Amino acid sequence: MKYIDEFRDGELAKNLAQSIAATVQPGRNYSFMEFCGGHTHAISRYGLSDLLPPTVRMVHGPGCPVCVLPIGRVDLAIRLALERGVILCTYGDTLRVPASDGLSLMKAKARGGDIRIVYSTIDALQIARDNPQREVVFFAIGFETTTPPTAVAIQQADAEGLKNFSVLCCHVLTPSAISNILESPEVRQWGTVPLDGFIGPAHVSTVIGSRPYEFFAEEYRKPVVIAGFEPLDVMQAILMLVRQVNEGRAEVENEFARAVTRDGNLKAQDRVAEVFELRREFEWRGLSTVPYSALRIRQRYAALDAERRFALEYSSVPDNKACECGAILRGVKKPQDCKIFGTVCTPENPIGSCMVSSEGACAAHYSYGRYKDMH
Amino acid sequence: MAEVKRGYVRPLDLKHGRVDMTHGSGGRAMVQLISELFARHLGNEYLGQGNDGAVLPAPTLHGKPGRLVMATDSHVVSPLFFPGGDIGCLSVHGTVNDVAVMGATPLYLAAGFILEEGFPLADLARIVESMAAAAKEAGVPVVTGDTKVVERGKGDGIFITTTGVGVLADGMNLGGERARPGDVILVSGTLGDHGVAIMSQRENLSFEAPIESDTAALNGLVTALMATGAGLRCLRDPTRGGLAATLNEIATQSGVGMMLYEKAIPVKPVVNAACEFLGLDPLYVANEGKLVVICNALDAELLLNTMRAHPLGRDACFVGDVIADDHHFVQMTTAFGGKRIVDWLAGDQLPRIC
Repeated sequence: MKYIDEFRDGELAKNLAQSIAATVQPGRNYSFMEFCGGHTHAISRYGLSDLLPPTVRMVHGPGCPVCVLPIGRVDLAIRLALERGVILCTYGDTLRVPASDGLSLMKAKARGGDIRIVYSTIDALQIARDNPQREVVFFAIGFETTTPPTAVAIQQADAEGLKNFSVLCCHVLTPSAISNILESPEVRQWGTVPLDGFIGPAHVSTVIGSRPYEFFAEEYRKPVVIAGFEPLDVMQAILMLVRQVNEGRAEVENEFARAVTRDGNLKAQDRVAEVFELRREFEWRGLSTVPYSALRIRQRYAALDAERRFALEYSSVPDNKACECGAILRGVKKPQDCKIFGTVCTPENPIGSCMVSSEGACAAHYSYGRYKDMH
Repeated sequence: MAEVKRGYVRPLDLKHGRVDMTHGSGGRAMVQLISELFARHLGNEYLGQGNDGAVLPAPTLHGKPGRLVMATDSHVVSPLFFPGGDIGCLSVHGTVNDVAVMGATPLYLAAGFILEEGFPLADLARIVESMAAAAKEAGVPVVTGDTKVVERGKGDGIFITTTGVGVLADGMNLGGERARPGDVILVSGTLGDHGVAIMSQRENLSFEAPIESDTAALNGLVTALMATGAGLRCLRDPTRGGLAATLNEIATQSGVGMMLYEKAIPVKPVVNAACEFLGLDPLYVANEGKLVVICNALDAELLLNTMRAHPLGRDACFVGDVIADDHHFVQMTTAFGGKRIVDWLAGDQLPRIC
């Protein structure tokens, strides 16, 4: 496959692995956080940690859209489907996120909720057009990558005068999450989570550009290398991070130059700004309440906001006590440090959200890497 | 005065007609549907007996009595018609293959139809014709059947359950418990074609080169493999859950581990591209005309050459080794030289978000 195979070449990977091994300084440990679930998935799926020297440790970050979705938000969506009888449309992975009362959207579907998987917001709009007598709600989740398509759908519905369509907006912002991690006592005061740098998001950065990360490099003295989601991208980014650490630099470098510019996609940013505004605060699974870290729909489009339209009241629901997703999402713990990992909590029966998506740290380790714990 | 024909029944309207409740009520309409559609296309001496069951000769293999193998499979595929096949031929292939991979010679099929009120008779005719053609090609007649009609909304057009009977030589066993460390794993061709053909229709995705299902009866290919006299351990057809599910089953049954080599796994570029697009892993996607062969390493070359000489095994290749592993993991050496587990599928394959 053109433009894909070039970035999955095993020979080039070996060369990169040798370069990394030759570049790390003896006696020095390197700890990098890959923010995005897409990178976590690539690292596990291609077995990249086997190619890294033992002194390079990858810490999984919170950048998996379904992992950071708090129970209370999924509960709202489930209530819309079961109690208000709406057609609830959402992206695939979201269906398995555990919610209150042992439910998930998948289980709510089996109980009669009309819940449909869509591949794009355009499909959700079409469902609304095809069912004018039904309320259709798009359960919008994700980081900056999935936000512009939601903005377009809202503007399209508004322009068409589509009366039965609305959006339950749960879009969140990457830079706020990174700040939250860097400000956390584990990183700042106690140093229990050593972080020498970040692999910056791929798809998110195509939208927001590389500029927003410059603050982290300057303010927190952490190098950031933006990287694509292909395995060679990740290897190259690790090499670039090791070099920055060795040379005492803390800069934003762009490995994913084939898709990311400094300013990002300005058209998409404009659309997002037209439709959304910052929420004062938003609850994240694992990071708890983070100020100015998510978006809500502007007053101008209030009729298309499911929260206003159905007068939804958000209430926070604590995670299962045994679940360590919070600590795992902050990089404080590894999946195998959690008592219920692989015993009570498995991909078939996820207790925590990190076990849901294949991008989640727990699911990635369970599905691709758990043999390492046993041998 | 014109004479009214006694017992005159207007023939089925196979162009514009639809299934209605009378087609399942046991009356004339049902008899007519059976005779004008099912018996007409699927007819043979056993089906023609017209009784509640078919009376069949005791099965023999090369003149000797053998053991019976029986398998059943329900087909609920959506869409009913897809590139490379339809629910009709699929319902024949699926069950013939289940019998064949036991090392048996498939002999007879039974077919049960659940039809939804309002289902177009033209579609039903197309499906039955396709079944008949598949049964003929595989050399396995449909000898008995059943038809039920459910009210509109209670079915999805048509469901077909087929049951197959075959004969197995005494002493022959190709069960999943026979894999041993040191054995090798072969596949008869490219993986994921059927599942991607179906999904690309379901998600309304069209690709420049249409992806065709690989649905096919494998009994001929199995016969060719058995005729070599090589050291076959087990045979499977990797349907739902794909190669990953099949190998995990065998690993558990046999109490062994497996090591696959990502570079060796055959996937058509267009299937790979579609999987990339849909967020799927071809290892978990269904096949309907492929064999997984586990055999003694010394016989791998002979079996590969035999498969490659058969039209359904042209792309046969080696994909991995059976290894000793107390945890019965199926692992894979990635194209990068790293390792990972190829785990059981958790739930359905759902598209990832970013």
